[in-house]
Amino acid sequence: MTDPLGWGGIIGQMMVQFAPTLTALIATFALSITYKRRLGLYGKLFDSTIGMIGLALVLFWVYTAFFAGVLDLIATHDPLDQSASMKKKLPGTPYSKLIGKADPEAGAYYILGGDNLGRDVFSRVIAGSIKVILIAPFATIFAFMVGVTLGLPAGYYGGKFDTVLSFIANLVMAFPVILLFYLLVTPEIVHTGIPVYMAAILFIFPVIFLTILWQSRYYTQPAKRNIYVGITLVIGLWLYLGIAWDADPLGLIRFPPNLLVVFVAVVFVNAPTVFRIVRGLVLDIKTRDYVAAAQTRGEGPWYIMLWEILPNARGPLLVDFCLRIGYTTILLGTLGFFGLGLESESADWGKMIIDGRKLLSANILHIAIPPALALLSLVLGLNFLADGLREESLRD
Amino acid sequence: MLLTALCLTLLVFYLTNLAPNLEKLAKTQGNFRMTDEEVTTYLANHGYAQPFLAKYGQWLGVLPGYVIIGHDGQTRAKCAPESGVIETAPRFCGILQGDWGQSSVIKKDVGTVIADKLALTGKLMFWVLVLMVPSALLIGVLAGMREGSRTDRTLSTISITTSATPEYVSGVLFIAVFASSAVGLKWFKGTATSAMDHATFENFFLPVLTIAAYGMGYIARMTRASMAEVMTSQYIRTARLKGVSFGNIVVKHALRNALIAPFTVIMLQFPWLLNGVVIVETLFNYKGFGWAMVLAASNNDIELLLGISVVSVIVVLLTQLISDIGYVYLNPRISVT
Repeated sequence: MTDPLGWGGIIGQMMVQFAPTLTALIATFALSITYKRRLGLYGKLFDSTIGMIGLALVLFWVYTAFFAGVLDLIATHDPLDQSASMKKKLPGTPYSKLIGKADPEAGAYYILGGDNLGRDVFSRVIAGSIKVILIAPFATIFAFMVGVTLGLPAGYYGGKFDTVLSFIANLVMAFPVILLFYLLVTPEIVHTGIPVYMAAILFIFPVIFLTILWQSRYYTQPAKRNIYVGITLVIGLWLYLGIAWDADPLGLIRFPPNLLVVFVAVVFVNAPTVFRIVRGLVLDIKTRDYVAAAQTRGEGPWYIMLWEILPNARGPLLVDFCLRIGYTTILLGTLGFFGLGLESESADWGKMIIDGRKLLSANILHIAIPPALALLSLVLGLNFLADGLREESLRD
Repeated sequence: MLLTALCLTLLVFYLTNLAPNLEKLAKTQGNFRMTDEEVTTYLANHGYAQPFLAKYGQWLGVLPGYVIIGHDGQTRAKCAPESGVIETAPRFCGILQGDWGQSSVIKKDVGTVIADKLALTGKLMFWVLVLMVPSALLIGVLAGMREGSRTDRTLSTISITTSATPEYVSGVLFIAVFASSAVGLKWFKGTATSAMDHATFENFFLPVLTIAAYGMGYIARMTRASMAEVMTSQYIRTARLKGVSFGNIVVKHALRNALIAPFTVIMLQFPWLLNGVVIVETLFNYKGFGWAMVLAASNNDIELLLGISVVSVIVVLLTQLISDIGYVYLNPRISVT
């Protein structure tokens, strides 16, 4: 029986576990600062303290999720493995098992203690990060694709199309988000297949977006156009069938239905806001001279929207993208907090927080605090990053 | 506005009336070991098996309420109470007649449930606004007064931090620090259940602070931006050159113009605050409007859920209206002609 770790030992152990992440982080920063003058907007980020802090926090979790998810480093235990003798044990308690044999490859300590079922809090926080880093950026990208594909023509053409879409967007935004989650993310709704239909509608937008993007640019060079559009359609529709309909002809891509609902719900909540932002930007930009010049040249409306207006709206959109990933992370946590859309065992920051909350009154803090701080640091990092980007892009 | 409310309730109605949800409702109301046939008869007896639009019309009060002679020989009518006389019951009973229906979880009239819960949440919101608005405006004005100064940077960082902290994180951290004996500061209570009857500083401050902190950062950032913009304008420079003191400029000249934008933002924050209320009420076990929403949604209590969505949509749309009117009032350059 080894002695429990003190606070110094706990921090030391965490440093050891996070070593790959920290090494990668330091390497990234060293390289970026050396070459920052040649890296455009990304390099400028290293001129602002707040942007650097933000980037460091975000990269920390990205690297952690990468090393834990792909290379199976960092986490010390299986996030689902329960040990009866480790229930509610304090941080730094040596690992033991009451029933069955202890995994010989598992770490010697529960660095941040055990939760109410005797699972390792540290490993669960790490496992939770994989989920967030996987879902949040992609859900945000999808929401942006939907919002951009609909917001561009709505702002550019106006008229009935705009009126109808704005009405729908306002409708979704007037809905309390949590009520929407409660109505959409339940096993009963999954049963009716509504999420699949919603996914079918929402997920076709990236394919449409990219196809129009290439078509409007290269329709004068059919050879190049055919290659780009062809590649987009083949890969896009393949992913589309696999993700939305679970009908991948090759059987390679599958998306657990549980996760699909969460994904769809988050995209659905974010898309109307993106739509509104894009529409507002287009209304502003379409009065500029270069748009008039393109119109006089006889460019098609989609070329003007995608290759003249959109690139000039990139600053605000990039900032909003960072903020929106943070918001999506908060939404994922909210879903977990209300126990929606996950298996009861899975490691999810929101779920861990609400589970730990119940024990706060019993003076057990180490279950709720680590996931809370993890979520906080990631969202904070994204917000700082957005702030740094805004500052630096305004300086141009 | 009416159209939005109608569409939203129709949507909620559709989602709650999906077959699996009705089956769940039947099982929670009857018993969990019902067979499929029992579920079907239960739903038919209680009027759930009618066509979807007919049910919606009845709920709204534009179609007469159902009178069904059940498979067990008992007659049930929507407009008559559980054991009431059916003959004397009115024909129409929907929200247009002021009848919000019966909650299946709380076993009370939805109208009274919502009124009770709204009063509790109103109390919470009132204190949130009392705490949030002045401190947010103060932070924003102080930061925007001298743009780029050390105060500005510190306060801006603080406001980014609070607006990036979701309620369930800040709430848990507050409870851990201020309410548990592990840290030692037992200043406040970790639950607000007792605050429903008589709220004291001790049991009510943490939930209020949790909601206020989240909304505060955003309002403060907006105030700062608008204050910074006003401070660079011509008339402020003129005032400075005339020798008006800095304090006087800020209070008498800049403040009114700088507060136009934050006012709109505060009003538009309401939908977000509503979300925060749901989380905080769950977290602190304060049985108000948000708590009722979670209860209704997790039990598929159709009529309570509809009532709640109607109320929350009205709140959202009303605040939008108020923000438009207030904008005109605060900004003399825009007039309603």
